[in-house]
Amino acid sequence: MELVLFIVFGLLALIGAFGVLISQKPVHSALFLLLNFVMLGFLYLVLGAQFLAASQLIVYAGAIVVLFLFVIMLIGSDTVGDFVAKGRTLSRYLSIILGVLFLAGVGYAVGARAFPPAAGAPDFGTTEAAGKVLFTQFLVPFELVSILLLVAMIGAIVLAHGVWPAPSRRPRE
Amino acid sequence: MDWTYLLIVTVKVIVVVVGLLGGFAYMTLVERKVIGRFQLRIGPNQAGPYALLQPIADAIKAVFKEEIIVTHANKVVYMLAPAISVGFALAAFAVIPFGPDIHLFGRTIPLQIADVNIGLLYILAMGGLGTYGLILGGWSSGSNFSLLGAFRTTAQIISYELPMGIFVASVVLGAGTLRLSGFVEAARPWYMWIWLWLSFPFYFTVMLAETNRSPFDLPETENELISGFQTEYGGIKFALFFMAEYINMITASAVMTTVFFGGWRGPFVAQWPLLGVVYFTIKTFILLLLFLWVRASFPRLRYDQLMSFAWKLMLPVSLIYLAITACLVVLV
Repeated sequence: MELVLFIVFGLLALIGAFGVLISQKPVHSALFLLLNFVMLGFLYLVLGAQFLAASQLIVYAGAIVVLFLFVIMLIGSDTVGDFVAKGRTLSRYLSIILGVLFLAGVGYAVGARAFPPAAGAPDFGTTEAAGKVLFTQFLVPFELVSILLLVAMIGAIVLAHGVWPAPSRRPRE
Repeated sequence: MDWTYLLIVTVKVIVVVVGLLGGFAYMTLVERKVIGRFQLRIGPNQAGPYALLQPIADAIKAVFKEEIIVTHANKVVYMLAPAISVGFALAAFAVIPFGPDIHLFGRTIPLQIADVNIGLLYILAMGGLGTYGLILGGWSSGSNFSLLGAFRTTAQIISYELPMGIFVASVVLGAGTLRLSGFVEAARPWYMWIWLWLSFPFYFTVMLAETNRSPFDLPETENELISGFQTEYGGIKFALFFMAEYINMITASAVMTTVFFGGWRGPFVAQWPLLGVVYFTIKTFILLLLFLWVRASFPRLRYDQLMSFAWKLMLPVSLIYLAITACLVVLV
């Protein structure tokens, strides 16, 4: 049962991943990305990581792809299409090299069984278990990541705002 | 995996889906009747006694309408969008307990399709994914009005998801669980009930925005966007969008019933478990009437009002509420 589900979701996730690369229209790419994210969420569910699956669906599928779509629609898909079509030869070669390196790394990890088998404790993957681990064992990295996100957010606001206007005249609301 | 279990789940799924679709059909009638009375009209009164056949007539009309696909439309996405909307709207109901456990033929059957550990998060996830139906429908129609409707949907849903998520986090803190059955069984002292109910008006307002109901129905403003994201849809495809909106409304009411008002709990449920289903239905229906009452009473917001309301009022209020709830849970 689990194997069948794994194969189905895995295949769909792969189709999504290839679709992102192959499709011509940016909106279609975003939709395939959505398929990929949703299927990854389902794969987490098959592995018993419920909390991770829910976060994957809410954050990646529910929010990030919506923002992608928003930006693509806002710019207009024609201009984005041109931008994608040109591409850069350097980044193309670089991506091939990085891809091969990544595949080698994953292949090594799987071959050497570097990951311990999943589903140890009976409450593995539940919200309670994930929360407990995040706030005890990995508290420092967790807090550091949230500060990093905060800094990125402030940085984005500062960059987008450009020159701060003089406070003399406020725009009419 | 034993086969009776699978059979029971299948039966429950069918019951819930049929119930939701029937609820949708008759909710449209209730809405037209109620809004009619609010506006000193009679409302539909022709098809059958008390216009009880009206939803059936509407359904037949929608099915047999000529199918029009706009030439500018992106065909695949255009056809897919209403299906996405309805699919995720139906899926969200799976984790809601609509009655206590019943005992049949020596088996205990929980009246809930799936009691998952991530209950409320699952509903948030399905709600987030259902939004794609609206966005894609608006985009794929190839019309400016639809596209504007899609933009508004995106911005609105993303803005209101923040206060909604924070309010959800607060009620989860209070109950100490994400399971929806846990919310029903949660025992609270009286002051925690009052504190919980204080957040209900805010949560309800956020749900109005999340389900695109009036006065937050900016995605489908009739007077400036014609009908927003669904302008280019007709016949059964339009009906599917309509269906998704109402099912989302029913699910939102059912979630609020479960989280704020004790779900299926009520007097004499211990003796007659099926009475729990009745209580659950009545509570949900009262909340649905609240949706209609708001629609009949308030004019639509302007778009900038909608945004400033979310970011300048709802978000700070939700954060303060979360902070105080956390203090209450730890200290009291």
